[in-house]
Amino acid sequence: MVPLSWYLILAAFLFTCGLFGALARRNAIAVLMGIELMLNAANINLVAFWRYSGAVTDLAGQVFALFIIAVAAAEAAVGLALIIAVYRKRKTVNVEELDLLAG
Amino acid sequence: MPIEIPIPTVTQVIFLVMALFTAACGLMVVISRNLFHSALFLVGALFGVAAIFVLLEAEFLAVGQVLVYIGAIATLIVFAIMLTRGMMRGRTSPMNHVSGRGALGALVFFVALLAFLKKVPWPEQAQAIPVDESLIAGLGDKFVTTYVVAFEAVGLLLMVALIGAVMLARDR
Amino acid sequence: MAIDYLPLLILIILAMGFAAIAMGLPAVLGPKLPNKQKYEPYESGIIPFADARRRFPVQYYLVAMLFVVFDIEVIFLYPWAVILNRLGLFALVEMAIFLLILLVGYVYCWKRGALDWGGQVRPGDDVVESQVVESQVEEE
Repeated sequence: MVPLSWYLILAAFLFTCGLFGALARRNAIAVLMGIELMLNAANINLVAFWRYSGAVTDLAGQVFALFIIAVAAAEAAVGLALIIAVYRKRKTVNVEELDLLAG
Repeated sequence: MPIEIPIPTVTQVIFLVMALFTAACGLMVVISRNLFHSALFLVGALFGVAAIFVLLEAEFLAVGQVLVYIGAIATLIVFAIMLTRGMMRGRTSPMNHVSGRGALGALVFFVALLAFLKKVPWPEQAQAIPVDESLIAGLGDKFVTTYVVAFEAVGLLLMVALIGAVMLARDR
Repeated sequence: MAIDYLPLLILIILAMGFAAIAMGLPAVLGPKLPNKQKYEPYESGIIPFADARRRFPVQYYLVAMLFVVFDIEVIFLYPWAVILNRLGLFALVEMAIFLLILLVGYVYCWKRGALDWGGQVRPGDDVVESQVVESQVEEE
Protein backbone atom coordinates (compact mmCIF):
# COMPACT_ATOMS: atom_id res chain seq x y z
CA MET A 1 0.00 0.00 0.00
CA VAL A 2 1.22 3.48 -0.80
CA PRO A 3 1.23 5.83 2.21
CA LEU A 4 -1.07 8.83 1.94
CA SER A 5 1.83 11.24 2.36
CA TRP A 6 3.31 10.16 -0.99
CA TYR A 7 0.20 11.28 -2.81
CA LEU A 8 0.22 14.54 -0.88
CA ILE A 9 3.86 15.22 -1.79
CA LEU A 10 3.09 14.60 -5.47
CA ALA A 11 0.08 16.92 -5.28
CA ALA A 12 2.15 19.57 -3.52
CA PHE A 13 4.78 19.39 -6.24
CA LEU A 14 2.21 19.61 -9.05
CA PHE A 15 0.54 22.55 -7.32
CA THR A 16 3.89 24.30 -6.99
CA CYS A 17 4.60 23.74 -10.69
CA GLY A 18 1.20 25.19 -11.57
CA LEU A 19 1.72 28.14 -9.23
CA PHE A 20 5.07 28.90 -10.81
CA GLY A 21 3.55 28.63 -14.28
CA ALA A 22 0.69 30.93 -13.39
CA LEU A 23 3.04 33.50 -11.84
CA ALA A 24 5.99 33.40 -14.19
CA ARG A 25 4.87 32.60 -17.73
CA ARG A 26 4.58 35.30 -20.33
CA ASN A 27 1.93 33.73 -22.50
CA ALA A 28 -1.61 33.94 -21.14
CA ILE A 29 -2.42 30.42 -22.37
CA ALA A 30 0.57 29.07 -20.43
CA VAL A 31 -0.78 30.85 -17.35
CA LEU A 32 -4.07 29.01 -17.86
CA MET A 33 -2.20 25.72 -18.19
CA GLY A 34 -0.56 26.41 -14.83
CA ILE A 35 -4.00 26.93 -13.31
CA GLU A 36 -5.15 23.60 -14.77
CA LEU A 37 -2.16 21.92 -13.11
CA MET A 38 -3.10 23.46 -9.77
CA LEU A 39 -6.69 22.22 -10.10
CA ASN A 40 -5.38 18.74 -10.87
CA ALA A 41 -3.19 18.80 -7.78
CA ALA A 42 -6.24 19.70 -5.71
CA ASN A 43 -8.08 16.79 -7.31
CA ILE A 44 -5.31 14.35 -6.36
CA ASN A 45 -5.58 15.58 -2.78
CA LEU A 46 -9.37 15.22 -2.71
CA VAL A 47 -9.33 11.68 -4.08
CA ALA A 48 -6.42 10.62 -1.86
CA PHE A 49 -8.15 11.96 1.26
CA TRP A 50 -11.34 10.18 0.18
CA ARG A 51 -9.47 6.88 -0.24
CA TYR A 52 -7.65 7.10 3.09
CA SER A 53 -10.58 8.41 5.09
CA GLY A 54 -12.63 6.05 7.23
CA ALA A 55 -15.76 6.46 5.13
CA VAL A 56 -14.96 5.08 1.68
CA THR A 57 -18.62 4.72 0.73
CA ASP A 58 -19.32 8.38 1.51
CA LEU A 59 -17.77 9.41 -1.84
CA ALA A 60 -17.70 13.12 -0.99
CA GLY A 61 -14.11 13.44 -2.24
CA GLN A 62 -14.95 11.89 -5.60
CA VAL A 63 -18.05 14.07 -6.03
CA PHE A 64 -16.01 17.16 -5.27
CA ALA A 65 -13.32 16.08 -7.72
CA LEU A 66 -15.93 15.65 -10.46
CA PHE A 67 -17.32 19.11 -9.73
CA ILE A 68 -13.80 20.52 -9.90
CA ILE A 69 -13.32 18.88 -13.32
CA ALA A 70 -16.54 20.55 -14.51
CA VAL A 71 -15.56 23.92 -13.06
CA ALA A 72 -12.09 23.62 -14.59
CA ALA A 73 -13.65 22.99 -17.98
CA ALA A 74 -15.89 26.05 -17.66
CA GLU A 75 -12.92 28.11 -16.50
CA ALA A 76 -10.80 26.95 -19.41
CA ALA A 77 -13.58 27.64 -21.94
CA VAL A 78 -14.19 31.20 -20.75
CA GLY A 79 -10.53 31.93 -20.02
CA LEU A 80 -9.38 30.85 -23.46
CA ALA A 81 -12.27 32.73 -25.10
CA LEU A 82 -11.12 35.84 -23.22
CA ILE A 83 -7.58 35.30 -24.45
CA ILE A 84 -8.82 34.92 -28.03
CA ALA A 85 -10.92 38.10 -27.71
CA VAL A 86 -7.95 39.99 -26.26
CA TYR A 87 -5.71 38.67 -29.01
CA ARG A 88 -8.14 39.92 -31.64
CA LYS A 89 -8.19 43.41 -30.13
CA ARG A 90 -4.57 43.82 -29.05
CA LYS A 91 -2.75 41.31 -31.30
CA THR A 92 -0.91 39.91 -28.30
CA VAL A 93 -1.34 37.26 -25.63
CA ASN A 94 1.65 38.47 -23.63
CA VAL A 95 0.48 39.20 -20.11
CA GLU A 96 3.17 41.86 -19.71
CA GLU A 97 1.67 43.96 -22.49
CA LEU A 98 -1.88 43.65 -21.19
CA ASP A 99 -1.52 46.44 -18.67
CA LEU A 100 -4.38 48.81 -19.47
CA LEU A 101 -5.59 48.60 -15.87
CA ALA A 102 -2.14 49.12 -14.34
CA GLY A 103 -1.97 52.42 -12.47
CA MET B 1 22.10 3.40 13.28
CA PRO B 2 22.08 2.44 9.61
CA ILE B 3 19.28 3.81 7.50
CA GLU B 4 17.12 0.98 6.29
CA ILE B 5 15.59 1.34 2.89
CA PRO B 6 12.35 -0.65 2.90
CA ILE B 7 11.73 -2.83 -0.12
CA PRO B 8 8.89 -1.22 -2.09
CA THR B 9 5.90 -3.28 -3.05
CA VAL B 10 4.72 -3.55 -6.65
CA THR B 11 2.02 -0.92 -6.07
CA GLN B 12 4.58 1.41 -4.63
CA VAL B 13 6.87 0.94 -7.61
CA ILE B 14 3.99 1.68 -9.99
CA PHE B 15 3.11 4.74 -7.95
CA LEU B 16 6.69 5.98 -7.98
CA VAL B 17 6.99 5.54 -11.75
CA MET B 18 3.69 7.30 -12.42
CA ALA B 19 4.42 10.04 -9.89
CA LEU B 20 7.83 10.72 -11.43
CA PHE B 21 6.26 10.81 -14.91
CA THR B 22 3.51 13.16 -13.75
CA ALA B 23 5.89 15.43 -11.87
CA ALA B 24 8.33 15.58 -14.79
CA CYS B 25 5.55 16.41 -17.23
CA GLY B 26 4.14 19.01 -14.83
CA LEU B 27 7.54 20.66 -14.54
CA MET B 28 8.04 20.64 -18.31
CA VAL B 29 4.63 22.30 -18.79
CA VAL B 30 5.83 25.39 -16.99
CA ILE B 31 9.45 25.57 -18.16
CA SER B 32 9.09 24.49 -21.79
CA ARG B 33 9.97 27.26 -24.25
CA ASN B 34 7.59 26.12 -26.95
CA LEU B 35 3.96 26.71 -26.00
CA PHE B 36 2.82 23.76 -28.07
CA HIS B 37 5.25 21.46 -26.25
CA SER B 38 3.81 22.82 -23.01
CA ALA B 39 0.36 21.69 -24.13
CA LEU B 40 1.65 18.21 -25.01
CA PHE B 41 3.39 17.90 -21.63
CA LEU B 42 0.14 19.03 -20.02
CA VAL B 43 -1.57 16.06 -21.68
CA GLY B 44 1.14 13.81 -20.23
CA ALA B 45 0.67 15.26 -16.76
CA LEU B 46 -3.11 14.86 -16.99
CA PHE B 47 -2.67 11.25 -18.07
CA GLY B 48 -0.36 10.68 -15.10
CA VAL B 49 -3.00 12.11 -12.78
CA ALA B 50 -5.53 9.69 -14.32
CA ALA B 51 -3.15 6.83 -13.54
CA ILE B 52 -2.86 8.10 -9.96
CA PHE B 53 -6.67 8.03 -9.76
CA VAL B 54 -6.60 4.39 -10.87
CA LEU B 55 -4.07 3.62 -8.13
CA LEU B 56 -6.45 5.27 -5.68
CA GLU B 57 -9.23 3.00 -6.97
CA ALA B 58 -11.27 5.91 -8.27
CA GLU B 59 -11.69 4.38 -11.72
CA PHE B 60 -14.62 6.47 -12.80
CA LEU B 61 -12.71 9.64 -12.04
CA ALA B 62 -9.80 8.32 -14.08
CA VAL B 63 -12.13 7.80 -17.03
CA GLY B 64 -13.60 11.26 -16.49
CA GLN B 65 -10.11 12.73 -16.31
CA VAL B 66 -9.12 11.18 -19.63
CA LEU B 67 -12.45 12.06 -21.27
CA VAL B 68 -12.80 15.66 -20.07
CA TYR B 69 -9.24 16.82 -19.51
CA ILE B 70 -7.32 15.02 -22.22
CA GLY B 71 -10.21 14.66 -24.67
CA ALA B 72 -11.75 18.08 -24.34
CA ILE B 73 -9.78 20.66 -22.36
CA ALA B 74 -6.45 19.79 -23.96
CA THR B 75 -8.10 20.07 -27.39
CA LEU B 76 -9.49 23.44 -26.39
CA ILE B 77 -6.05 24.63 -25.31
CA VAL B 78 -4.44 23.42 -28.55
CA PHE B 79 -7.11 25.21 -30.60
CA ALA B 80 -6.58 28.37 -28.59
CA ILE B 81 -2.84 28.13 -29.26
CA MET B 82 -3.51 27.76 -32.99
CA LEU B 83 -5.90 30.73 -32.90
CA THR B 84 -3.42 33.06 -31.22
CA ARG B 85 -0.25 31.80 -32.84
CA GLY B 86 2.39 33.87 -34.52
CA MET B 87 3.08 36.48 -31.90
CA MET B 88 5.07 34.38 -29.48
CA ARG B 89 7.54 32.87 -31.92
CA GLY B 90 11.12 33.98 -31.76
CA ARG B 91 10.86 35.36 -28.25
CA THR B 92 13.95 34.91 -26.15
CA SER B 93 12.27 33.76 -22.96
CA PRO B 94 8.88 32.26 -22.14
CA MET B 95 9.07 33.87 -18.69
CA ASN B 96 7.83 37.32 -17.71
CA HIS B 97 9.77 39.89 -15.73
CA VAL B 98 8.54 38.72 -12.31
CA SER B 99 9.51 35.09 -12.95
CA GLY B 100 12.35 35.23 -10.42
CA ARG B 101 10.02 36.35 -7.66
CA GLY B 102 7.45 33.82 -8.89
CA ALA B 103 9.97 30.98 -8.66
CA LEU B 104 11.02 32.09 -5.19
CA GLY B 105 7.40 32.32 -4.02
CA ALA B 106 6.56 28.90 -5.46
CA LEU B 107 9.65 27.36 -3.85
CA VAL B 108 8.84 28.87 -0.44
CA PHE B 109 5.27 27.60 -0.83
CA PHE B 110 6.50 24.10 -1.65
CA VAL B 111 8.87 24.00 1.32
CA ALA B 112 6.08 25.24 3.59
CA LEU B 113 3.75 22.53 2.28
CA LEU B 114 6.39 19.86 2.89
CA ALA B 115 7.05 21.14 6.39
CA PHE B 116 3.33 20.98 7.08
CA LEU B 117 3.13 17.48 5.58
CA LYS B 118 5.83 16.24 7.95
CA LYS B 119 3.97 17.47 11.03
CA VAL B 120 0.82 15.42 10.58
CA PRO B 121 0.80 11.63 11.08
CA TRP B 122 -0.93 10.65 7.86
CA PRO B 123 -2.43 7.16 7.63
CA GLU B 124 -0.28 4.55 5.95
CA GLN B 125 -3.04 2.14 5.04
CA ALA B 126 -6.36 2.63 3.33
CA GLN B 127 -9.43 0.59 4.08
CA ALA B 128 -10.47 -1.95 1.50
CA ILE B 129 -13.39 -0.89 -0.64
CA PRO B 130 -16.40 -3.18 -0.10
CA VAL B 131 -16.71 -5.52 -3.06
CA ASP B 132 -20.49 -5.48 -3.26
CA GLU B 133 -20.62 -1.69 -3.33
CA SER B 134 -20.88 -0.04 -6.75
CA LEU B 135 -19.08 3.28 -6.37
CA ILE B 136 -20.36 4.60 -9.69
CA ALA B 137 -23.95 3.99 -8.62
CA GLY B 138 -23.08 5.71 -5.34
CA LEU B 139 -21.86 8.73 -7.30
CA GLY B 140 -25.09 8.87 -9.27
CA ASP B 141 -27.04 8.67 -6.05
CA LYS B 142 -25.05 11.52 -4.50
CA PHE B 143 -25.60 13.79 -7.51
CA VAL B 144 -29.38 13.69 -7.25
CA THR B 145 -29.69 13.59 -3.45
CA THR B 146 -27.03 15.20 -1.26
CA TYR B 147 -25.36 17.38 -3.86
CA VAL B 148 -28.34 18.18 -6.06
CA VAL B 149 -28.02 21.95 -5.62
CA ALA B 150 -24.35 21.88 -6.55
CA PHE B 151 -25.19 19.60 -9.46
CA GLU B 152 -27.75 21.99 -10.92
CA ALA B 153 -25.38 24.89 -10.22
CA VAL B 154 -22.76 23.12 -12.33
CA GLY B 155 -25.31 22.91 -15.12
CA LEU B 156 -25.97 26.62 -14.79
CA LEU B 157 -22.23 27.37 -14.71
CA LEU B 158 -21.66 25.36 -17.87
CA MET B 159 -24.49 27.17 -19.63
CA VAL B 160 -23.12 30.56 -18.60
CA ALA B 161 -19.62 29.52 -19.66
CA LEU B 162 -20.93 28.38 -23.03
CA ILE B 163 -22.85 31.60 -23.67
CA GLY B 164 -20.04 33.79 -22.35
CA ALA B 165 -17.40 32.05 -24.42
CA VAL B 166 -19.49 32.31 -27.59
CA MET B 167 -20.06 36.02 -26.97
CA LEU B 168 -16.36 36.61 -26.35
CA ALA B 169 -14.90 34.48 -29.09
CA ARG B 170 -17.36 35.17 -31.89
CA ASP B 171 -16.02 37.58 -34.48
CA ARG B 172 -18.80 40.11 -34.09
CA MET C 1 -7.49 -3.99 -7.59
CA ALA C 2 -4.37 -2.79 -9.33
CA ILE C 3 -3.69 -6.23 -10.83
CA ASP C 4 -6.81 -5.81 -13.00
CA TYR C 5 -4.98 -3.11 -14.90
CA LEU C 6 -2.08 -5.32 -15.92
CA PRO C 7 -3.51 -5.82 -19.46
CA LEU C 8 -3.80 -2.05 -19.80
CA LEU C 9 -0.20 -1.61 -18.71
CA ILE C 10 0.94 -4.27 -21.19
CA LEU C 11 -1.05 -2.53 -23.93
CA ILE C 12 0.57 0.82 -23.14
CA ILE C 13 4.05 -0.72 -23.13
CA LEU C 14 3.36 -2.55 -26.40
CA ALA C 15 1.99 0.59 -28.05
CA MET C 16 4.95 2.67 -26.94
CA GLY C 17 7.35 -0.06 -27.98
CA PHE C 18 5.75 -0.33 -31.40
CA ALA C 19 5.92 3.42 -31.89
CA ALA C 20 9.55 3.47 -30.78
CA ILE C 21 10.46 0.63 -33.16
CA ALA C 22 8.47 2.07 -36.06
CA MET C 23 10.19 5.43 -35.69
CA GLY C 24 13.58 4.22 -34.48
CA LEU C 25 14.37 1.52 -37.05
CA PRO C 26 13.96 3.72 -40.15
CA ALA C 27 16.06 6.39 -38.49
CA VAL C 28 18.85 3.88 -37.91
CA LEU C 29 18.61 1.67 -41.00
CA GLY C 30 17.06 3.88 -43.70
CA PRO C 31 19.18 5.74 -46.24
CA LYS C 32 19.16 9.48 -45.79
CA LEU C 33 18.93 11.38 -49.08
CA PRO C 34 17.32 14.67 -48.12
CA ASN C 35 15.97 16.96 -50.78
CA LYS C 36 13.67 19.93 -50.75
CA GLN C 37 10.54 18.13 -51.82
CA LYS C 38 10.88 15.50 -49.10
CA TYR C 39 10.78 18.13 -46.41
CA GLU C 40 7.60 19.77 -47.61
CA PRO C 41 4.54 19.07 -45.50
CA TYR C 42 2.41 16.24 -46.82
CA GLU C 43 -0.93 17.60 -48.02
CA SER C 44 -2.35 14.50 -49.72
CA GLY C 45 -0.65 15.36 -52.96
CA ILE C 46 -1.61 19.02 -53.10
CA ILE C 47 1.25 21.50 -53.18
CA PRO C 48 1.07 23.61 -49.98
CA PHE C 49 -0.14 27.09 -50.87
CA ALA C 50 0.20 28.83 -47.50
CA ASP C 51 2.03 28.57 -44.21
CA ALA C 52 0.31 26.10 -41.89
CA ARG C 53 0.98 28.40 -38.96
CA ARG C 54 -1.55 31.03 -39.89
CA ARG C 55 -4.53 31.85 -37.70
CA PHE C 56 -7.34 29.33 -37.70
CA PRO C 57 -11.03 30.28 -37.91
CA VAL C 58 -12.57 30.80 -34.49
CA GLN C 59 -15.25 28.23 -35.28
CA TYR C 60 -12.78 25.48 -34.40
CA TYR C 61 -12.65 26.86 -30.89
CA LEU C 62 -16.42 27.17 -30.59
CA VAL C 63 -16.98 23.58 -31.70
CA ALA C 64 -14.32 22.37 -29.25
CA MET C 65 -16.06 24.32 -26.49
CA LEU C 66 -19.42 22.73 -27.27
CA PHE C 67 -17.65 19.39 -27.11
CA VAL C 68 -16.23 20.23 -23.66
CA VAL C 69 -19.64 21.08 -22.26
CA PHE C 70 -21.35 17.97 -23.56
CA ASP C 71 -18.40 15.81 -22.55
CA ILE C 72 -18.99 16.90 -18.98
CA GLU C 73 -22.67 16.21 -19.41
CA VAL C 74 -21.78 12.60 -20.29
CA ILE C 75 -19.60 12.32 -17.19
CA PHE C 76 -22.56 13.36 -15.05
CA LEU C 77 -25.09 11.30 -17.00
CA TYR C 78 -23.26 8.01 -16.67
CA PRO C 79 -23.41 7.44 -12.89
CA TRP C 80 -26.95 8.74 -12.91
CA ALA C 81 -27.97 6.23 -15.60
CA VAL C 82 -26.35 3.37 -13.66
CA ILE C 83 -28.64 3.89 -10.68
CA LEU C 84 -31.68 5.42 -12.39
CA ASN C 85 -34.14 2.56 -11.83
CA ARG C 86 -33.49 2.69 -8.09
CA LEU C 87 -33.91 6.44 -7.80
CA GLY C 88 -37.30 7.02 -9.33
CA LEU C 89 -39.06 10.03 -10.77
CA PHE C 90 -37.37 12.72 -8.72
CA ALA C 91 -33.93 11.88 -10.14
CA LEU C 92 -35.38 11.90 -13.64
CA VAL C 93 -36.80 15.40 -13.14
CA GLU C 94 -33.50 16.65 -11.70
CA MET C 95 -31.54 15.36 -14.66
CA ALA C 96 -34.14 16.81 -17.04
CA ILE C 97 -33.60 20.22 -15.45
CA PHE C 98 -29.83 19.81 -15.83
CA LEU C 99 -30.17 18.86 -19.48
CA LEU C 100 -32.62 21.68 -20.12
CA ILE C 101 -30.18 24.22 -18.68
CA LEU C 102 -27.44 22.96 -21.00
CA LEU C 103 -29.86 22.93 -23.91
CA VAL C 104 -30.51 26.65 -23.39
CA GLY C 105 -26.80 27.30 -23.85
CA TYR C 106 -26.72 25.09 -26.92
CA VAL C 107 -29.71 26.83 -28.52
CA TYR C 108 -28.07 30.19 -27.82
CA CYS C 109 -24.90 29.04 -29.59
CA TRP C 110 -26.91 27.84 -32.53
CA LYS C 111 -28.89 31.07 -32.81
CA ARG C 112 -25.76 33.21 -32.57
CA GLY C 113 -24.29 31.26 -35.45
CA ALA C 114 -21.50 29.55 -33.55
CA LEU C 115 -22.05 26.50 -35.72
CA ASP C 116 -22.18 28.60 -38.89
CA TRP C 117 -18.94 28.17 -40.80
CA GLY C 118 -19.76 30.85 -43.34
CA GLY C 119 -19.67 28.43 -46.23
CA GLN C 120 -22.39 30.11 -48.25
CA VAL C 121 -23.08 33.81 -48.52
CA ARG C 122 -26.73 34.56 -47.96
CA PRO C 123 -28.28 37.72 -49.45
CA GLY C 124 -27.73 40.69 -47.18
CA ASP C 125 -25.04 38.82 -45.24
CA ASP C 126 -21.83 40.86 -45.23
CA VAL C 127 -20.18 39.00 -42.35
CA VAL C 128 -18.44 36.45 -44.52
CA GLU C 129 -16.98 39.03 -46.88
CA SER C 130 -15.65 41.22 -44.10
CA GLN C 131 -14.05 38.18 -42.49
CA VAL C 132 -12.23 37.39 -45.71
CA VAL C 133 -10.95 40.97 -45.95
CA GLU C 134 -9.82 40.87 -42.33
CA SER C 135 -7.86 37.65 -42.74
CA GLN C 136 -6.17 39.00 -45.86
CA VAL C 137 -5.09 42.11 -44.01
CA GLU C 138 -3.61 40.00 -41.25
CA GLU C 139 -1.56 37.90 -43.58
CA GLU C 140 0.24 40.93 -44.97
